[in-house]
Amino acid sequence: MFDPGLFNYWIIMILMMTGLYTVIVKGNLIKKVIGLGIFQVSVIMFFVSMGKVRGGTAPIASESFEVYSNPVPHVLMLTAIVVAVATLAFALALIVRIKEAYDTIEEDEIRELEAGEEG
Amino acid sequence: MIDIIHVILFVFLAAIGVAIIRLRDLFAAVMLAGIFSLLSATLFTVMDAVDVAFTEAAVGAGISTLLMLATLSLTSSEEKPAVNRRQAMIGLVVVTITGAALIYGTLDMPRYGDPDAPIHHHMAPRFIEDSPEEIGIPNEVTSILASYRGYDTWGETTVILAAAIGVMLLFAAPPVSRRREDELFTPGEGTG
Repeated sequence: MFDPGLFNYWIIMILMMTGLYTVIVKGNLIKKVIGLGIFQVSVIMFFVSMGKVRGGTAPIASESFEVYSNPVPHVLMLTAIVVAVATLAFALALIVRIKEAYDTIEEDEIRELEAGEEG
Repeated sequence: MIDIIHVILFVFLAAIGVAIIRLRDLFAAVMLAGIFSLLSATLFTVMDAVDVAFTEAAVGAGISTLLMLATLSLTSSEEKPAVNRRQAMIGLVVVTITGAALIYGTLDMPRYGDPDAPIHHHMAPRFIEDSPEEIGIPNEVTSILASYRGYDTWGETTVILAAAIGVMLLFAAPPVSRRREDELFTPGEGTG
């Protein structure tokens, strides 16, 4: 059953689920953002490990190398990293505004305040 | 095709992930998230993705950590102790099922580093063979990023612009208070 060629993918799935668990279960908004970051890094790692070629080297043309890893996933993931930091900045700005408005960054306390306003 | 360095780095990453879940000190959690990024940058270098590695080290471990620390200084750096056991159990079940489904999905995938995988036989050979002559620089990742997929990169800068405008608008808006009225601080009857 155990195939060492799939070990990378399995660990990456486990890391991804660590991030997902943090996003689902943790009530603290900053913790949720950190969990989302872990999830994003795991997805990036998944793509990069698919681009690896056995015995290959980094895709920079040189006389002394024949086999290169696949450069296409690298390019796509560069874009993903930069977009991730843009969404992160926006999420953190929202958290600062939520703290100003509700004086808390815990999800359940915000829900309570909202319910109190309606009732 | 799995080297010992992969195993070590992945075990470190998993340990840090679990530690981030368990820690209630947000400052420590943010620092661990920075270490997580740096370790994954090391792993990207091992997997030949040097451009991704230095972007991750600069953006993931540098700018992201800085932004999070700035947010901590404006909010609070302590997480409330968790009380909701039921929610944690539901989360664990959901995550286990999703993870099992994803791992089942990987069984059909080409093995790590397999040169015969379909991903290496369509666009990649063209880029690897022709880009040094066509674009004139040895780094193939840069050639694709700035030339073949130039529109993609242009769209990416638009995303950053949109995020920057959004952040500025959020901070420019006048403050809104939704706290309970009895908790509101009213000037005049202050600390006395």
